[in-house]
Amino acid sequence: MALDTVERGIGSGVATGGTPGGWRRALRAIWGRPTSAVGAAIVLLFAALALAGPLIAPYRATDQIASARRQPPSAAHLFGTDRLGRDVFSRVVLGTRDIFALAGLGTLVAVLLGTGVGLIAAYWGGWPEELTFRSFDALLAIPALLLALLLLGTVGPSRQSVLLVIVIVYTPIVARVVRSVVLAVKPRGFIEAARMRGEALGYILGREILPAVLPALAVEAALRFSYAIFLVASLGFLGVGVQPPAPDWGLMVLEARNDVALAPWSLYFPAGAIALLVVGVNLFADGLRRALQA
Amino acid sequence: MDDTPILDIDNLTVGYRVEGGWRDAVREVSLQVAAGETLGVVGESGSGKSTLALAVLRFLGAGGAIRAGAVRLQGADMAELAPRGLSATWARDLRLVPQNPLAALNPSLRVGEQIAEAVRQTAGGALSRADAQRQALDLLRLVRLADPERVYRGYPHELSGGMQQRALIAMALHGEPALLILDEPTTSLDATTEAAILDLLAELAGGQGGQGAARATLFISHNLGIVARMCDRVAVLYAGELVEQAPTARLFATPLHPYSAGLIGSLPRPGMRHNLRPLRPIPGAIPRLDALPAGCVFHPRCPLALDRCRSERPLLEQAAPGHQVRCHRWREVERGALQDGEPAQPVPAPASAEVAAEPVLVMREVAKQFPLRRSLADLLARRPPRMVQAVDGVDLRLGRGRTLGVVGESGSGKTTLARCVVGLEERSGGAISLVDLPLAPGLEQRAPAVLRRIQMVFQNPQEALNPYLTVGEALRRPLMRLGGLRRAEAERRVARLLDAVKLDPGYAARLPAQLSGGERQRVAIARAFAAEPDLVLLDEAVSALDVSVQAAVLNLLSELRQRSGTSYLFITHDLAVVSYLADEVAVIYLGQVLEQGTVEAVLRPPFHPYTEALLSALPSLPPAAPRERIRLEGEVPSPVALPTGCRFHTRCPRALGAICATEEPPWRDAGGGHRIRCHIPLEELRVLQGGT
Repeated sequence: MALDTVERGIGSGVATGGTPGGWRRALRAIWGRPTSAVGAAIVLLFAALALAGPLIAPYRATDQIASARRQPPSAAHLFGTDRLGRDVFSRVVLGTRDIFALAGLGTLVAVLLGTGVGLIAAYWGGWPEELTFRSFDALLAIPALLLALLLLGTVGPSRQSVLLVIVIVYTPIVARVVRSVVLAVKPRGFIEAARMRGEALGYILGREILPAVLPALAVEAALRFSYAIFLVASLGFLGVGVQPPAPDWGLMVLEARNDVALAPWSLYFPAGAIALLVVGVNLFADGLRRALQA
Repeated sequence: MDDTPILDIDNLTVGYRVEGGWRDAVREVSLQVAAGETLGVVGESGSGKSTLALAVLRFLGAGGAIRAGAVRLQGADMAELAPRGLSATWARDLRLVPQNPLAALNPSLRVGEQIAEAVRQTAGGALSRADAQRQALDLLRLVRLADPERVYRGYPHELSGGMQQRALIAMALHGEPALLILDEPTTSLDATTEAAILDLLAELAGGQGGQGAARATLFISHNLGIVARMCDRVAVLYAGELVEQAPTARLFATPLHPYSAGLIGSLPRPGMRHNLRPLRPIPGAIPRLDALPAGCVFHPRCPLALDRCRSERPLLEQAAPGHQVRCHRWREVERGALQDGEPAQPVPAPASAEVAAEPVLVMREVAKQFPLRRSLADLLARRPPRMVQAVDGVDLRLGRGRTLGVVGESGSGKTTLARCVVGLEERSGGAISLVDLPLAPGLEQRAPAVLRRIQMVFQNPQEALNPYLTVGEALRRPLMRLGGLRRAEAERRVARLLDAVKLDPGYAARLPAQLSGGERQRVAIARAFAAEPDLVLLDEAVSALDVSVQAAVLNLLSELRQRSGTSYLFITHDLAVVSYLADEVAVIYLGQVLEQGTVEAVLRPPFHPYTEALLSALPSLPPAAPRERIRLEGEVPSPVALPTGCRFHTRCPRALGAICATEEPPWRDAGGGHRIRCHIPLEELRVLQGGT
C-alpha cells in the first residue's frame, strides 16, 4: 500500500494562495530553480511528444514486423522491438498522447468539479457542507486503487471507465483543498462587504473568492495530474484499464513482464517513461508551489 | 554605584540583508539607560523600535546584523560575548516582556513550573526544586495575581490575557535582572486590563522591596499616553533614526522636533472635539526602508521643511541638558514656528439644538443569543443548547447627521450589536428601524434599496479589501450594484470618491498590497460612502492605525459627515476617540447599556461606576498629577453565566452590597437624555465622584 499513500498524498500546502499578479513572477521562479526547471522541461518534452507523436514515430503502434522480434535497441529500432515485433520506441511515443489525454482530461474534469463543489458547499456551510465533505471523507477512506478496481469491476474496463475512476477518486481531494481556502477567506471583511451590497452568489464565488483559490488549485492540479498518470499506468498494468493492443505504458509493462529475460528493453523503456513523466510533473508541481507561496 | 549606565547603545546601526546589499532599519542611534530609570522608545510601525529591541537582546535572527556601533550591557559589549556568555547574560541580566503573552508561554507546561524552571536556570542548579517553586509562587504574588496558587497550577490557555501578562512579568522579574525590556507589553490587552498592568509596572518600578531601584527599563511602545505615564525619559524614533530625546515632562510640554509635536497633536484626548479643536494629523506616511528620502528623513511630511532639509541631514543637537533633537529648525520650533503654521480652524458647530433631529436608526429591545455547541450527551438527552447572551435588550436611537459612540471592553457585545444592525448577524429579538422602515433581521431578507442605506467600515483595513481586486473595482461595485449606475458613469464617480477621501485618482488602478494601512482604510471608507448611505457603522475603524494616520482618518470622517449628513454608529473601546467624534455615547457591558447620553453629559459626573473606571483607565496627556484611580478587579464574567442583579456588580468598585447582586438596577434619569442604570442615586454618585 506504499503506492497508495503516495498516490493519495493530500494537501498541496498552499493554504491561502499567493499574492495577486504573481503568476508571471512564479513562472520566472520556476525556470530559475534547477529542479523545477528540469521538471518543467520534462513535462514540455512529453507534451510535445503527445502532440506530434505520429510525426515522430517511425511505425504505427500495432505494426508487427515478423522478421524483427525481440530486437535489442539499434539504429533501426531505437528502443528495440517486443515479442510481437512491434517497435517499442514508436509505442512509447504514441502512448504519450493516450496517457496525457486520459490523465489530463480526468484531472481537468476532477479539478473543475472539485472546485465547483468545494466553493459552493464550503461557502454555504451548515448541513450541505457537512453532508458533502463527510461523504467525501468516507470516499477518501477507501484506498484509491481498491476503489478503482471496484469501480472498474462494475462498469467494465475501458477508456471511459478509467476517466470516470480518475474523476471519482480526485474530485473529493480537490474539493477539500478548495474548501480550506474558502474557509480562510469567507470570514474576511471584503466578503462581508460584498454580502452587504447584496452581491449574487456567482459574483462572490467567482470574483471575490476564486482568485484566492487559484494558486492552491494550480498546484493541486499539477499534483493530481502526476498521480493520475500513475493511476492510469497502474490500472493498465493490472489489466483492468486500457485494453490491448493500445500502446498504454502500463499495459506495455504488463505484456513485457513475462518476456523480461529475452527482451528486457521492452520493459525498461515504457517503465522509464512512466517514472520520468511522474517525476517531471512532480518536480514542476513542487516548483509551482514554492513559487506561488513566496 | 558608579556612573556607567546599565544599557549603553552607542551609535548603533542595524541592517537586514537584502538582495544586493543592506537595508538599515536603525541608523546611528545612541541611547543610555541608567539604573533605576525607565526610558521610553516611541515610534509608529516602521520606526525601527522592534529592531532596536532585538539588537539589544542580540536576537536579530538570520539576515539581521549590527552594522556599526555597539550595545553595552553594564559596560560589556554584547557583540563580543561568546554563545555561552550570551546565554548566561540572557539568564541573569536581560529580560523581555513581549507583546503577545500567549505566544511566549509554553502551552504544554504549567505556568508555575515554567517560572520555577527559569528561576532554577538562573540560579545555575544551586537551588532545590522546592525552593524554586516557592520563589515562583512568591513572584506570582508580587505581580498581584488574585489567586497565585491557581495560576501556578494552570496552563497558559486557561488564563486570561491579563493574567498571562502578569505571569510573564513575574518570570521576567526573578533574580533581579539588570535590564528589563518591555516590548508593547499591553498592546494586546483591553483598556481596563491595560490600566491595571500599567499600575503594576509603575508600582514595581517604584522599588517594591528595594528591587526596582537597581533595574533599568526600556519601554517600547507606540502609545504616547502610556509612555508619558510610565517613563522618566522618552526617545522618539522615526524611520530608524532618533529624532528627539528628552525628559518626559519636557518632551510633552515643549517638543522640539516637528514629528514629536505632530504625534502629540494627533492624539485625541478627552475635551477635544472634532468641531471645536480638530486634531492636526501629520500628512503622508512613514517612508519605506528602500525609499528613504535624502536629507532629513522627515522632510516630506514636515510643515517646516526648507530646501536645506531636503538636501542636508540634520545632526543630533543638544537643545538643553538632556534634551536632544535632530532638526535644522528646532530653534524656530522652540519659538513657536509650528503654532503659526496653521491655526486650528474651528468648524462651525452644527446647530446643537437639533438634539431632537429626525431619527435615522431606532433600536428597540434588540437581543442576540448564540447557541453553544451541544455535547453528544446533551444532544441525546435532548437538552436545549446553552445560550450566550451577547446583546440583551438594547434601546438606542440615532438622529440624522449625528454620531453615536458605543463603548465597551471586548466581550461587551458592541460588535455583535453592530452586526445585528447591518444584518450580518440575525438578531434574536427586538426591532430595528431605519427612518420608519423596519429592518429585517438578516441581510438576505433586505431589499437592495435598504442595503444601500446602511454600510459598514471594518476594523482591520488588511481584511476589508480583496487583495486580488483593484481599488477601482472595489469602489465601482457598490456604485453599480447599489447606486444603479452604468459602468462608464461609475468609473467617473470612482475618481470623485477617491478625491473625497483625499487620494489621487491614480489609486484606482492599484491593488491593496500597494497601499499603506491608512490609505486602505480611506478606500474602505470611500466604499462605504459610495452609494450615499444614511447610516455608516464604524467598527473600531481607527483602532488598527498609527496615531498620526488615525488623526487624519478621524478628521476625514468628521468632514464626510459634515458634507453628506450621514449618521455614524461608532463602535470602539477607546473613550478618547469617542469623545472626539461622537455626539452621543452608550456604554455597554455584557450586552447591556449601562449609561447613555450626550458626550458632554457622559464624560462628566455623575458617571456610572463602569464609565468612571473606563475613564480612569485613560492615560492622560500631558502626564497629570496622579488622581484617585478607579480600577476594575478581575475579568469580564462569561456571558454564558451572567451575574444576577446588576451585571457589573462582580467588578464594581462602588457596589452597595446585596441589592446589587439580587435586583436589576433601575434607570436613573439625569436629564437631557442622560440615563444611568445603577442602584446608587445620582446625587450620591455625584458626591462620590467629586462632580464639578
